[in-house]
Amino acid sequence: MNAAGFPILSLITWLPLVGGLVIMCVRGDEATVASNARWTALWTSLIVLALSLVLWVQFDPQEPGFQFVENVPWLPEFHVGYRMGVDGISVLFVLLSTVLTPICILSAWEAIQTRVREFMLAFLILETMMVGMFCALDFVVFYMFFEGVLIPMYLIIGVWGGPRRVYAAVKFFLYTLTGSVLMLLALIAMWLYAGTTDIETLLHTTFPVGMQTWLFLALFASFAVKVPMWPVHTWLPDAHVEAPTAGSVILAGVLLKMGAYGFIRFSIPMLPQAAQSFAPFIFTLSVVAVIYTSLVALAQTDMKKLIAYSSVAHMGVVTIGLFTFNVQGINGALFQMLSHGIVSGALFLGVGVVYDRIHSRDIDRYGGLADRMPGYAFVFMLFTMASVGLPGTAGFVGEFLVILGALQVNFWLALLGGMGMILGAAYMLYLYRRVIFGRLTKQDLMGILDLSPREWAVFVPLIVLTMWMGIYPSSFTSFFDASVGAMVQHHAQAMADTVKLAAGTTH
Amino acid sequence: MTPALATPMMSAMNWTLAIPEIVLAVMGLGILIFGVLRKQDAALLCTMFTIGAFLITGLLVLTRGAGIGYHGQFQTDAFAAFNKLLILSGAGLVTILALDYNRKQGISRFEFPVLMLFSVVGMMIMASASNLMTLYLGLELQSLALYVLAAFARDELRSSEAGLKYFVLSGLASGLLLYGVSLVYGFSGTMDFHALRALLADPSHASAGLVVGIVFVLVGLAFKVSAVPFHMWTPDVYEGAPSSVTAFFATAPKVAAMSVLLRVMAVPFGSLLGAWQLLIVLVSLASMILGALAAIGQTNIKRLMAYSSIGHMGYALIGLAVGTADGIRGVLVYMLIYVFMTVGTFACIIAMRRNGQAVEKIDDLAGLGRNDPLLALLLAVFMFSLAGIPPLAGFFAKLYIFLAAVQGGLWFLAIVGVLTSVIGAFYYIRVIKVMYFDAPAALFDTKPPSLAFVAGASGLFTVLFFVFPAPFVAAAQAAAQALFG
Repeated sequence: MNAAGFPILSLITWLPLVGGLVIMCVRGDEATVASNARWTALWTSLIVLALSLVLWVQFDPQEPGFQFVENVPWLPEFHVGYRMGVDGISVLFVLLSTVLTPICILSAWEAIQTRVREFMLAFLILETMMVGMFCALDFVVFYMFFEGVLIPMYLIIGVWGGPRRVYAAVKFFLYTLTGSVLMLLALIAMWLYAGTTDIETLLHTTFPVGMQTWLFLALFASFAVKVPMWPVHTWLPDAHVEAPTAGSVILAGVLLKMGAYGFIRFSIPMLPQAAQSFAPFIFTLSVVAVIYTSLVALAQTDMKKLIAYSSVAHMGVVTIGLFTFNVQGINGALFQMLSHGIVSGALFLGVGVVYDRIHSRDIDRYGGLADRMPGYAFVFMLFTMASVGLPGTAGFVGEFLVILGALQVNFWLALLGGMGMILGAAYMLYLYRRVIFGRLTKQDLMGILDLSPREWAVFVPLIVLTMWMGIYPSSFTSFFDASVGAMVQHHAQAMADTVKLAAGTTH
Repeated sequence: MTPALATPMMSAMNWTLAIPEIVLAVMGLGILIFGVLRKQDAALLCTMFTIGAFLITGLLVLTRGAGIGYHGQFQTDAFAAFNKLLILSGAGLVTILALDYNRKQGISRFEFPVLMLFSVVGMMIMASASNLMTLYLGLELQSLALYVLAAFARDELRSSEAGLKYFVLSGLASGLLLYGVSLVYGFSGTMDFHALRALLADPSHASAGLVVGIVFVLVGLAFKVSAVPFHMWTPDVYEGAPSSVTAFFATAPKVAAMSVLLRVMAVPFGSLLGAWQLLIVLVSLASMILGALAAIGQTNIKRLMAYSSIGHMGYALIGLAVGTADGIRGVLVYMLIYVFMTVGTFACIIAMRRNGQAVEKIDDLAGLGRNDPLLALLLAVFMFSLAGIPPLAGFFAKLYIFLAAVQGGLWFLAIVGVLTSVIGAFYYIRVIKVMYFDAPAALFDTKPPSLAFVAGASGLFTVLFFVFPAPFVAAAQAAAQALFG
């Protein structure tokens, strides 16, 4: 409960399920059901958004600890509770989820014509799982939401996806499940060691260094697949390409953040020594991801696949930032996660716009769209620039801070990590040139229509957010400054203790 | 050899402890006589009476206190009560399932519920057995009824084959068990669980012959829970027997056999953990691996469920391998959740009928998500739960097992367990894939309300378990403590 005694986090988490129940009860012929399902889903997600804005207003950024904490006993004899709460790190991800969900629902308004009711239901369940995961203050609760995401996402990809949807859905499911079950074992080990799964207690539990290594590896198996880090990223291009637009948006926007969130919530603060000793390993994988997947992106002929590979590269920058263990690096990583959530989501929506019209994602099928779709060309350019990291857009701030943080660790790390920006400019501008510029030669593109009012409604909030984050980033960074500061201090303290311990043993 | 250690409790008769079993048996006889005397078709009435008998027995079980009766032959405690209630609920739900299915298959006879009832009497005796002889008697009473049930569709070749196969292999297992019992008796001089426990508290009494006897007992019981390498009968019997019987095989007898296995290993032979732990570890590993791998190639959903049950028994046995009260608690929670998931799944399988014919290929489910959204949703819930995906009940089953395994330091089992659960997830989600992603096949016949009720109730349990896990876990905890108290 927060000060007002009102469980707002639980409300935000579970309200979408209530909407889902309403949708399940809708009766009538198919068109009525579809229409009712759409409107119910939209209104539910908008109410959830409104409630999460209350969270945004009432949240006290000066306070580094958890706020709006709720605590209900759940398995008392095991010291597992239904605990919810947000700190500066998680609160913005709750908002990211609640902002993107109505946008996705709106974007699927016409794109999804079959089994609309089930689609909306799956999406609302997905929202519950995502929000719950970011709010959870108990490891078991976190795990339930973390894994629960698989169920709706599997169905969204498999039922409403493209031609190879079954392959993609099964691959997505098994890849992420394999990682997660290993995390389950780490969870149990931490549970037995600390006697509780309360995240706040776990954050202040010092695990033996030998145990930390194993715990880190088990958690890494789960989070690295989710991020996804090279070389376990291969599920992502398949899942993205086959998923319906709304699924891709939520996948890129929120689901990829779950892995990085896991690192920052569990691996780094709870296992500081292991995190420190694995940092070079993470840096290596991240740098490979940044450079390799950027090059792969250059060679793609499918728009969604190109953006999917760019996501892997951008998330590589995030993992570099997280493991620098300094304020700039972690702040930058968090900012990059948020901006990537908005920007890559918007890019997938952009692909969805033309896909809805032409039903192809082949870059070669397009060209010269600027003639017929000036509004679209503008929107797509803005997000291309944001993805590249042009100053003044959201993409710049995060990458800049991460490079700043990385410089304090190692010059080469910063240089190689920064290559992502250059290569990113190459593949994004190349994509933009091939799709938007050039001569309009294809017959069926002659009659293509520009953005409809519904599509503008989808893009405008994202444009505003992208510019806002680029021009006045401190209205976002101020949220996590205190929490990140406390975390970095905690890490430095833990490392100092280790050094002292080592020094003590040598004397 | 060493004389049996007499305990003061052994002399007491305490016959009231077995009132639930006695009442159930008497009611069974009554229902049988009623069925014989009634001229018209008595199947429906007998089924209803059987359900009533199960309910009454359940209430009686709840009111029994803990104690040892029949001169040490019979014991009631929280552990026995937990298992009996689980057996009764499983059997009760399957009785409801069988009603409609048997009528449509033309095997609707009043003997069916009566046979189930008598096998339940046997299972309840097994759950309460406090002596190897009682155990054997209960086991045989149960098995005799099950042989007949497996061959219940007697005009059908597959069903007769299943009955015969089960009879032969089960007879062999009973023989092995009996041989083990006689070895144990020969080398220790007693068959009483508590006397054995007191005797074996001193490890020097554990002679080689006794240990060989334990191994034979273990093999006999492993057959009944269909753990690898004693699983061979399972796929054939599951496939061949009528689906209503398969549903029964997959639930109540598994609980009874598991409860006996737990009690025998934990109480009389508990102090010899070192001697039998490796055996259980190997059986558990083999079951998990075979259950996961062999199920992948199956096209028949009943065979799939057979391999799935083999795998699930492998997970449950992890808890026994740990050998602590926490491990036993894990097994009990596992069995509880397993019974409801399995009954629900079989309710969905029984609902698979097309043009009056039962169909059981996985491909027959194609497009069920469009044709019958409710049935598809329920089956999807059960499949995700069997795969152990949170927040469904199946996840909690695995959670408590792995918790015990990690606590007991059985890391290897835990790691293999989670990895095979991923392999297992592949075939469970394949069923969901067929239902939701594939093009619709022809419609199924309308499902009767009895199936919808069983599937719906099990589905609710599976979905909502995560809201109130505490009372179930506490009951399992109390039951597990009873073995070690």
